[in-house]
Amino acid sequence: MKNNILIIGGGPAGLEASAQLQRMGYNVILIEKSPKLGGHLAKWDRLFPDSVPADEVLGSLLRGAEGVKCFTDTDVRAINRLDKSYNVRLTNGITVLSDAVLVASGFDLFDAVKKEEYGYGIYDQVMTNADLEAYFKTGSDPRIEHPGRIGFAHCVGSRDEKAGCRSCSKVCCATAVKQAIEVKQAFPKAEVYCFYMDLRLFGRHYEDIYLKAQKEYGVRFIRGRVAEVSENYDGTLLVKAEDTVAGKPLKVTLDLLVLMAGMRPSASGKAIGDLLEMQVEEDGYFAVRGGIAAGQRSPIPGIFLAGAATGPKTLPETLADARAAAMEVDRYLTEIFPDAKNYKQLVKERW
Amino acid sequence: MVDFGFTLVPSSRINLDLFDKEKYEELVSMEPDVRICMACGSCTAVCTAGKFVHTSLREAMEDIFNAKTDNALESLRACQLCGKCAMVCPRGINTRHLIMSITKVYSKK
Amino acid sequence: MIYEGKQKIWSDYQKDIPDDHYFYVRSCIRQSFFPASEATFLDITRNRLGKDIFETEHHTTCGGIAYHSDTIPQETVMTIIARQFALMAKNGYENYVCSCITSFGLYCETMETWREFPELEAKIRENLWKSCKLEFAKPKFLIHASDLIYKYRNQIAAQAVRKLVNVHTGEPLRVVEHIGCHYSKMFPSKGVGGAEYPYVLVGMIEAWGGEIVDYPERRHCCGFGFRQYFIKGNRGYSLSNTHKKFESMEPFKPDLIITNCPGCPYFLDRWQYVIAESTGKTYGQDGHGIPALTYEEVAGLVMGYDPWDLGLQTHQVSVEPLLDKMGVEYDPAKKYLGKNGKDLGAPAPCACLK
Repeated sequence: MKNNILIIGGGPAGLEASAQLQRMGYNVILIEKSPKLGGHLAKWDRLFPDSVPADEVLGSLLRGAEGVKCFTDTDVRAINRLDKSYNVRLTNGITVLSDAVLVASGFDLFDAVKKEEYGYGIYDQVMTNADLEAYFKTGSDPRIEHPGRIGFAHCVGSRDEKAGCRSCSKVCCATAVKQAIEVKQAFPKAEVYCFYMDLRLFGRHYEDIYLKAQKEYGVRFIRGRVAEVSENYDGTLLVKAEDTVAGKPLKVTLDLLVLMAGMRPSASGKAIGDLLEMQVEEDGYFAVRGGIAAGQRSPIPGIFLAGAATGPKTLPETLADARAAAMEVDRYLTEIFPDAKNYKQLVKERW
Repeated sequence: MVDFGFTLVPSSRINLDLFDKEKYEELVSMEPDVRICMACGSCTAVCTAGKFVHTSLREAMEDIFNAKTDNALESLRACQLCGKCAMVCPRGINTRHLIMSITKVYSKK
Repeated sequence: MIYEGKQKIWSDYQKDIPDDHYFYVRSCIRQSFFPASEATFLDITRNRLGKDIFETEHHTTCGGIAYHSDTIPQETVMTIIARQFALMAKNGYENYVCSCITSFGLYCETMETWREFPELEAKIRENLWKSCKLEFAKPKFLIHASDLIYKYRNQIAAQAVRKLVNVHTGEPLRVVEHIGCHYSKMFPSKGVGGAEYPYVLVGMIEAWGGEIVDYPERRHCCGFGFRQYFIKGNRGYSLSNTHKKFESMEPFKPDLIITNCPGCPYFLDRWQYVIAESTGKTYGQDGHGIPALTYEEVAGLVMGYDPWDLGLQTHQVSVEPLLDKMGVEYDPAKKYLGKNGKDLGAPAPCACLK
């Protein structure tokens, strides 16, 4: 008999895990709370480090998941643990009896309004990384009209304890460098500044785009966090930071400031976590069982985790995590789940 | 004018709006690698002159970007062009040529 | 500027301000800087709005000036404050309203410190009893006097005889607001509107018909800074901070600066004179300065008080251009007459500042 597996979240992690588990012969049900599959990827234009179109990547993920039962506009209403399986009532009225549940609830972008000193939603010329991607996708945004001076403020809602976000969001540095290059491509005469505390360009090819941004595009990297932003009489922005390399306060007039909003635990993921009484860590992301060596098992038997539900991840990391989760689900469903007599003992030993 | 015994204090703040793009482009055309410095400080760490007289290519670079080009020249004034900095630059910048180029471009008033 | 964005933040930072029954404490320096402001506050709240505002001659300084100048131990300051609070309770009040921002900040800081360190509170309780034989008490509501005028802003508007409008053009006056640093920078949640976009003075200006202008350095300190000003050798820093603000607000051509702190209107006013006389630069129209008024003075103007009764002649920057714009009638001959009609003498004219 084919086991039912419920996957919560139709972003890259959910799609990739669906594809893998379907290939293994399981009966996968994928639910997505929004009307569209793809998560944040569907809203992004191009991806670092090579600026490949996000649509292409999403297209291949969707093709891989063809045949999977997908319910969009669907959330979880209630979850009950039976002996081994989960009885899940969905908001579309359907009830699923699932032998394993994979939570791939992803992340929310930090709400940049919370950083009041940056004036997002107040100053006309302040936007976020997501707004800029939307501009690249649609080609229109009232804030962007031949900007001459553009700034990128790194770490907005990352490494900021006061804003309740201690951790690094991992992807923003590379995104900022990518977007800095892209705005230079769109507006070659523009002056582009990146305000960073550390450039965390750890991944493969990341350092290459940093070098490219400097060498080919003349992007100026200023070590110092943007401290505050104000609006000038003519609607331009006055941006203050310290150049911590020079050891002096600095100001610059900008036509556009892009806030690199970081990753926060997903609010709808948290709601599902509450239904399951799933443990979250201090950073708000779900705890995994077994620490760094395990990775995709939650502390609750039969509940698995993949992607940014367990902390900020790049897209390749998320996909690798999803594949690993599929393997973990398979191991559980073949080695532990079928053994009715010894189930409890096996969970104790191997979960 | 009245002398109050105190007066406005000049600001030490960097004003990037004063950055001279034209001169900088002249420098870039002479030595394109000016763009790729990542302010690691290796050059300054091994500088022969810097041990005795204030000399720092890293600081000079920062000053150029921050529209304080006179300070940049001052930071390079004691350079002996020994080339120690070129040996340690992780980005492989021809630092001697860069120093010469900075001096050429920004000494012109 | 997206107004709705600011409204959202304002709605996040509202605080409970009781409508009536307050124990009022004055500022040490406001009575000499802006002699009629506190009297106007009491007249408006008591006589025009019929509120119960109690004050006692037994209250003292909060110790704030000494505290911020590092010349008094914290325990001593806290005991002084505990005595003020005890006087409030002794007189049957639980709402405490203070005239001074430095005091307000210090009261907030002290209450937070007591909350965080109960053992320190216990010690102050003991100090208070040993030194004054007074029972320790804490206010239920700690309010700055500008919070209260903010609370009453619409009642004041209802009694207003004029608006913050240029009577010649019909346009609202362009008003710059300046909040004292210690009003909400330390504890944003204790200020109406928070610290980045404070609403306390904006609300008054909106209610009284003016237009608020945000300028880039609106968050910057006025330049008082206690030690920066007290020592002559440091005074250039104080002056430079004020200068920075005026350079930043200049393009917005404000008609008026409204403030809620003792030091800010003083420095925003007097340093305009020093800047003008030492550099020749003025920021108002035709060689005038920009009047920097207290919120009580602005409230008094819209409610029809005589400008000389409001003490506007004690400002260095001449207020006549503002009075003319607002259509306020005044007798120039009475500007320098004292309360009893005695001629106090006009100050020597300035060389640059009109």
